Amino acid sequence: MSLFAPISVPRLQPAGTEPDPRPRVHPLVRAARRAGRGAARVVLVVVGLWWLVPTVGLAVTSLRSPADNADTGWWTVLTAPTQLTLRNYEGVLADGRIGHALWNSVLISVPSTVLVVVIAAAAAYPLAWLDFPGRPVVTLVLAGLIAVPVQTAIIPDARLFRLLGVSGTIPAVVAFHVAFGLPFAIFLLRGFYAGVPADLIEAARMDGGGEAAIFLRVVLPPARPALASLAVFQFVWVWNDLVVALVLARSDSAPITSVLQEQMRSFPSNIDVIAPGALVSMAVPLAVFFLFQRYFLHSVLAGSVR
Amino acid sequence: MARTARSWPAAWFLAPAVLLVGALVLYPIGQTVWWSFHDATGRGAVGGANYADVVTTPRIRQALFNNAVWILVAPNLVTAAGLLVAVLAQRVRRAAAVRVVLFMPMAISLVSAGITFRLVYDESPDRGVVNAVVVGVHDAFVPPAPYPGARARDGQGLVAGGGAVQTGRTVAAGETVLLPLLGLEPDRLPPTARPAPAPAPGAGIGGVVWSDFTAAGGRPGVIDPGELGLPQVEVEILRDGAVVARTRTAGDGTFRLPQLTGQGYVVRLTAANFTEPFAGLTWLGPALVTPAMIGVYIWVWAGFAMVLISVGSAAIPKETVEAARVDGAGDWQILRKVTVPLMRPVIVLVLLTLTVNVLKVFDLVLVVAPESAQGPASVLALEMWRSSFGDIGRASALGVLLLVLALPGVLFNVHRLRRSER
Repeated sequence: MSLFAPISVPRLQPAGTEPDPRPRVHPLVRAARRAGRGAARVVLVVVGLWWLVPTVGLAVTSLRSPADNADTGWWTVLTAPTQLTLRNYEGVLADGRIGHALWNSVLISVPSTVLVVVIAAAAAYPLAWLDFPGRPVVTLVLAGLIAVPVQTAIIPDARLFRLLGVSGTIPAVVAFHVAFGLPFAIFLLRGFYAGVPADLIEAARMDGGGEAAIFLRVVLPPARPALASLAVFQFVWVWNDLVVALVLARSDSAPITSVLQEQMRSFPSNIDVIAPGALVSMAVPLAVFFLFQRYFLHSVLAGSVR
Repeated sequence: MARTARSWPAAWFLAPAVLLVGALVLYPIGQTVWWSFHDATGRGAVGGANYADVVTTPRIRQALFNNAVWILVAPNLVTAAGLLVAVLAQRVRRAAAVRVVLFMPMAISLVSAGITFRLVYDESPDRGVVNAVVVGVHDAFVPPAPYPGARARDGQGLVAGGGAVQTGRTVAAGETVLLPLLGLEPDRLPPTARPAPAPAPGAGIGGVVWSDFTAAGGRPGVIDPGELGLPQVEVEILRDGAVVARTRTAGDGTFRLPQLTGQGYVVRLTAANFTEPFAGLTWLGPALVTPAMIGVYIWVWAGFAMVLISVGSAAIPKETVEAARVDGAGDWQILRKVTVPLMRPVIVLVLLTLTVNVLKVFDLVLVVAPESAQGPASVLALEMWRSSFGDIGRASALGVLLLVLALPGVLFNVHRLRRSER
């Protein structure tokens, strides 16, 4: 079931009575309700537009020449559609800096996502189904770490990476993202694993399966939606990160967010680079959002206090 | 839950996660706390000096203040917006589209959202949507002046004062006053403007207001052929400092008030003709930059609040709502007395999530606030990043401060875990 489905309003039905096909409502009350519904619709349309207009503005701006953007508002395309041009995008492609940054974003986001999913998938299993000394402490510490801001650890980590000689490299950025993504990821999966019927696991143990086999054959398969949710969430989270990239990445390993932030210093003279760059950088997570809406929503809601 | 004591397999499953989290999260947190009591290089102990800095350095104090504003204002506004939309969307068919549109910004980075809104908040009403709307609404109520920036030609007996233009000497009935104006671009004159006629004598006081354009060979102070009169100029006639008559110029720039007799009049073109047009608000200036950024934050997070609240309200037992309705409660009463109290846990969750998240708005400040407004717009996370290059001690103290501010979230998660274990 999609959480975006409209939620039905409870119908008037006193307990212990037969359903009345036409509840008696005074005509005036009915008119007032209809007016109220009309007002609600108007407000929702206005709100919806206000949510769309900024993004539409960015998209149109990215399709106009810098001269047009300096002179007039993007909404003038409504009367002069000939302003639209792909030249900014051609320029961005030819220049290569934005392309390189986008590629860095891929090189950072994809491994971070895969590693978090794999490592958390394994780590959540003993926390859900095995008993071992220190289990309560490990669980508690991980739960506490979910809400810890990255700022609290990033400076020592930057120094650690320098000592290890990997300062400013993509693997260093990935390692940080993985470490900070794990507590939440482990909890998301642990909650899901816990839903596997205990009988199934007991039965598998009776059959003499090792823990690895139980994990792979019994626990993991039904958890696939949870893994997908986690993957989508982690990918979008890392793709959109700025603070980690600013501190840990070098200019040649910088992802798109950090390059765009850098470019903003000369705004608005370089609007022909910034607008298309920003649009492409948001197109990727938006595509993920629309393709995997349900998974994304699930993980965002599950990851509330983060 | 049946768990079996198996320490070795558990260790193998947990090892990568524990090592990574231990080395890159836990240990560094300890290191940050340690450094926060040390100097800029992280070697000499300085006690609580770094924390004292937070309160005494004006820039960081400003950031602390801004963070307080963010924490107090943003979560509440986001939750209110989410609640409003969630409630409205329940009464309308096909509201799913609005839900998707509102939730969409959750998928994009604060950097992209910031860039998007940097355009929205552009100061020029010709480029920024918000100021275009603000100016449009303003001008609908207060029409803009027709001739902003126009001024009197020097040496033609006219004086300027308080934004108005008036005759330097007094005039008598029967005179026709010449009022040559400068600084009007030909293409900005109203389309109704017609060529100004040569001054003609008549009853009372008359005059001609025209664009005395000399660049094309016209003579100063003289109505040359083709020079345009200025229509709709507000004219006041004064006697002994009091306004005795008022009129507006015709399409050719002339006016005449035949009822006036005698002498001692002053002709004035009011300041309202020349005031600069209203240009909207400086959204990204020092005064409004934080509210403007909170606006962006609402745009990003309202969908989250809305969905969580919708899910929470769907979980309310229908019987409860029905019982209230049978007892005669109206929609508003049901919302206030039944729905909101039952959804309190959800609303608390939303508020807490946002409070912890608001600490990280540093991306918005970097992207939305122009260079000149970065100081007034600063927040702790931004100051921490700035300090991290030169002063490890101070940056660490700010990091610890952020951790302390996030503690409610940490404790909430721990508490939730404890409860679910029971």
